[in-house]
Amino acid sequence: MEEPQTLKYTPKDFKSDQEVRWCPGCGDHAVLNSIQKALTDLGIPKEKFAFISGIGCSSRFPYYMDTYGFHGIHGRAAAIATGVKTVNPELSVWDITGDGDALAIGGNHFIHSIRRNIDINIILFNNEIYGLTKGQYSPTSNRGLVTKTSPFGTVEEPFSVGELVVGAKGKFFARTVDSNVALSTQIYIEAATHKGASVVEVLQNCVIFNDGIHEVVTGKEVREERTIILKHGEPMIFGKENDKGLILDGLKLRVVKLGENGFNEQNILVHDAHEPNPGIQYMLANMKYPDYPVALGVIRSVTDHTYESDVENQIKAIKKDSKIKCMDDLLMSGSTWTID
Amino acid sequence: MAKNSKVIEREEVVIRFSGDSGDGMQLTGTLFSDTAALFGNDLSTFPDYPAEIRAPQGTVGGVSGFQVHLGHSEIYTPGDYSDVLVAMNPAALKANAKWVKPGGTIIYDSNNFSDKNIEKAGYKSDPIAEENLSGYNIIAAPISQMVRDALKDFGLDPKSVLRTKNMFALGMVYWLFSRKLIYTEQYFDKKFAKKPEIAEANKVALRAGYYYAETIEALSPVIKVEPAQIAKGVYRNICGNTATAWGLLAAAEKAGLNLFIGSYPITPATGILEELAARKDLGVKSFQAEDEIAGICTALGASFAGNLAVTSTSGPGLALKSEAIGLAVMAELPIVIVNVQRGGPSTGLPTKTEQADLMQALYGRNGECPVVVIAASTPHDCFKYAFEAARIALEHMTPVILLTDGYLANGTEPWKIPSMKDLPEIKPPIADPKEIPFMPYKRDSETLVRSWAIPGTPGLEHRIGGLEKTIKGTVSYIPENHELMVKMRAGKVAKVADKIPDLKVWGEDSGDLLVIGWGGTRGYLMTAVSELQAEGYRVSLAHFNYINPMPLNVADVFGKFSKRVVAELNLGQFADYLRMKHSEFSYRQINKVQGLPFTIREIKESCIKILEEK
Repeated sequence: MEEPQTLKYTPKDFKSDQEVRWCPGCGDHAVLNSIQKALTDLGIPKEKFAFISGIGCSSRFPYYMDTYGFHGIHGRAAAIATGVKTVNPELSVWDITGDGDALAIGGNHFIHSIRRNIDINIILFNNEIYGLTKGQYSPTSNRGLVTKTSPFGTVEEPFSVGELVVGAKGKFFARTVDSNVALSTQIYIEAATHKGASVVEVLQNCVIFNDGIHEVVTGKEVREERTIILKHGEPMIFGKENDKGLILDGLKLRVVKLGENGFNEQNILVHDAHEPNPGIQYMLANMKYPDYPVALGVIRSVTDHTYESDVENQIKAIKKDSKIKCMDDLLMSGSTWTID
Repeated sequence: MAKNSKVIEREEVVIRFSGDSGDGMQLTGTLFSDTAALFGNDLSTFPDYPAEIRAPQGTVGGVSGFQVHLGHSEIYTPGDYSDVLVAMNPAALKANAKWVKPGGTIIYDSNNFSDKNIEKAGYKSDPIAEENLSGYNIIAAPISQMVRDALKDFGLDPKSVLRTKNMFALGMVYWLFSRKLIYTEQYFDKKFAKKPEIAEANKVALRAGYYYAETIEALSPVIKVEPAQIAKGVYRNICGNTATAWGLLAAAEKAGLNLFIGSYPITPATGILEELAARKDLGVKSFQAEDEIAGICTALGASFAGNLAVTSTSGPGLALKSEAIGLAVMAELPIVIVNVQRGGPSTGLPTKTEQADLMQALYGRNGECPVVVIAASTPHDCFKYAFEAARIALEHMTPVILLTDGYLANGTEPWKIPSMKDLPEIKPPIADPKEIPFMPYKRDSETLVRSWAIPGTPGLEHRIGGLEKTIKGTVSYIPENHELMVKMRAGKVAKVADKIPDLKVWGEDSGDLLVIGWGGTRGYLMTAVSELQAEGYRVSLAHFNYINPMPLNVADVFGKFSKRVVAELNLGQFADYLRMKHSEFSYRQINKVQGLPFTIREIKESCIKILEEK
């Protein structure tokens, strides 16, 4: 049926006729561009994409995509997307969500869709603030953040998205930065190709209510020193001069300088995103500036059972063996008696 | 058999088996019902069990009961007062003595009426005296001792021996009603094919009870209830939850769609999810969600993707689903929400019945948010109304709330099995793939129904969602557009009235009093009204299954009676709804909120009182 060679899409093919209404300078614009770019690369016909969202700034996303789209209710996108994918595994299903939508009101659906490993792509725009309601702290806001609902600073510990994904038995976790279109596009392609629930955390900037929140690590001047882009099978080296690396020191990760204290490339950890044991990946996902660089790229990508295909397989097997083939069979099954 | 005994014939009879929740009363009742059904009686059953899986032994809270109503004529209810009560312990007597008809028969296990058990049940010394049961036919049978004697050579442990007590009691009841043991014996042979000694022990206990009853003669006369005049056909017993599940399956087949159910376990609705989860052979995708909200949201996703989508729940779960029902109204997606009502509010009485979710179903959402509301009225017509709920949802692109209740869900009755070819086709308005660009909210001019474009269809890509939209699907805050769309959605639901049957009257179509009911009370109201009619009263019944919208002939029906009374298991929700929708009439009320169904007697008494009012 599919003829990939005829599917020569350009990002424009995925733009809807709707005027994009995010604030000028909002990181969401770049995410939209990166995803539209990524879709052109997947060889999937346009009608097979479904974008599902909840509520929040990011959740307006489906309106700007010329694909099937469903703008849901607050926190429930993962559940709606689960329904779509379960009944039609042929669709490429995307759940566009934010830190409030996925981790506060929708926390339950978030962890359970990850646990089930249903093949949906969860793109979580993390700006550490509630934007659409105009500036309240979110489940990822750092302790002490002063917002309209925390005028004296929050006294809550934030969630780390990667930690939550691993805790929920997640098989795919990646992190990117909204403005890095090249890296983001690559990650979205990998997330879409991965079979199972893929979570991509996008460090996204809200220009109005939390401007520059990620700047301390993602700023142009500092990003090479304060982030590390992980690639499967490659040593964990970073820095402007590629002069820093990560080693395992006892039970902890440690940043070392190459060429100092006897450390060279041979000592540096090699990234294994496919390792089922999430130990090292968990530590990588949790690295925070200033002790560590923040990890970007695909941190964990492990193949396992997926919910929707197990459901299909079970149905196929049971259909084959059951005597009940249609409703009339069912109606007449079991104990019956005849009145003449 | 039982040749020497006197025999009396009865039109109908009610038997209640009652014991500790571990005493096997549900099985006993079911086996008795099966035998009665195979004999050709019409019947209706109701299990009544505590919410606790194993409440403290011997306490009234732990009593589990199963009532069977069987007859030579048509049976509409599981009955209220029983002719025969089997009480396996003092607590069972305590819980049920007031529900035995004056002069009725009470069989009890005298070995179990120890001082300790008597005290546990809340009696002081002699339960029979304390209950003032001197005018009753009391049979004190040493059941525990007799099964011990009967099975002493079986080498079974004492616990397994005592487990057959219920079969001894069943044997006694079989003798009393002159029933064959063969069907029950066959059940044990099949059930314990791999443990023949257990099958044999149960059969021995059953026969011991039968012969004991014959010997003591105290039980005579034997009561005969001849087979009912029942329409020809193939029958089965069915409970409301299974009938609901099967009605949805039948609708999916008739619509040519796959069925998806997203639900979270909740009493008394869980049986629907369980039944559909077992139907993988018919391609059902059942999803046990992480919560009630995920139940409906996965179903909405499934509906968006082109399935017949269902979520099942009970009152508290319906409350949790409210926001998503609003989304379904806004997105104009078909979905069936089954609410098996239980006693509320909050956790309320989870295992008991009530009709108090009507207003929640009609209005429990934000905004102008109309949905179709229909209600089933007997265990087996849950099939018909589940099918109807799905038909209306699919053909009118709207959420439909189907109200059943705990009583219908667990009650069983014989059902003449329909043939799929006799059910109507269901034709969902699938979008024409050539109609590009697809406009999600373009409507059929007559029904106001939008069409359904399924993801995967080339060219029909579109967006829907909870924000107000124009016909094209563009988000719009234009005041006039919002008002127009609100009216369109309301009009679409109102127009469903054109596609539903008229309200029917049971009895004469004019008279002194019209009894008005809805949903699961039908059997009680029909029985009470027909008894009143037989006594010469000019009373009829109008029973509603379609609640929003209502049938178009309601005013015509109501106007032909001098008085109207609305009988329902709540404080008057349907009465208030009628006062709003048909304010030209006045309505009296009969209400009960005890977690129990009506009794025939209380409906008749209330009706006679109203008839006597000046």
